[in-house]
Amino acid sequence: MLELCDGPLNVPEILTRWYIQESQSNYGAYIPFVGTVRAEDGIEGLSFDVYEPILHSWFDAWVAEVAPLGATLKMAHSRGDVLVHESSYIAAVFSPKRRVALETIEQFVEDFKASAPIWKYDLINGERIYARERSTAIVGAGLLGGKS
Amino acid sequence: MITVEFLGPIQKPVLHMEASTLHDVARVLKEDPQMGQWIESCAVAVNDTLVSSLDTVLQEGDKVSLLPPVCGG
Repeated sequence: MLELCDGPLNVPEILTRWYIQESQSNYGAYIPFVGTVRAEDGIEGLSFDVYEPILHSWFDAWVAEVAPLGATLKMAHSRGDVLVHESSYIAAVFSPKRRVALETIEQFVEDFKASAPIWKYDLINGERIYARERSTAIVGAGLLGGKS
Repeated sequence: MITVEFLGPIQKPVLHMEASTLHDVARVLKEDPQMGQWIESCAVAVNDTLVSSLDTVLQEGDKVSLLPPVCGG
């Protein structure tokens, strides 16, 4: 399940809803990761652009990859502005036993940071400034410039 | 005719051009001064699937997307 939300995520509602959804699925482990905007460098918040077609195919590929392990994934992400101390990202793994969930959440979140087609902007004095120095080129980038 | 779209922070309108492979798209964009800071860091998708070869064949109506460096979360 992949959810996109305009503005900040309602973390208690989402975590509770996912818990209830899977409460009868015989999973022994539910491991959520919640990303919250921190106050640093004078930002008022962050803002996000999301390219949904490729985000959905990236997420579906992950769901298929962990299915043979008996695990399932859920993810929620914000579009637009998310202010300091609000949350923009939740990823969660459900699995029969803890080890698969612990390993999967780390791999999934790291690949999300490197591959998911989402662009982050700092909100400073009401302006959106692309967080280029914190961004990662997708594997294979540079094709048109002759790098690949 | 194909379309080329520029995602995220690339502030550039959609382009329409004749192209039979990504070589043709690369040739046009390399000459575009607006693309100088982006061309080496963008991944490329054709019809929403990431591709890895300039030999990728393009058909009438295809959509080429340029994806600059990402940072979700």
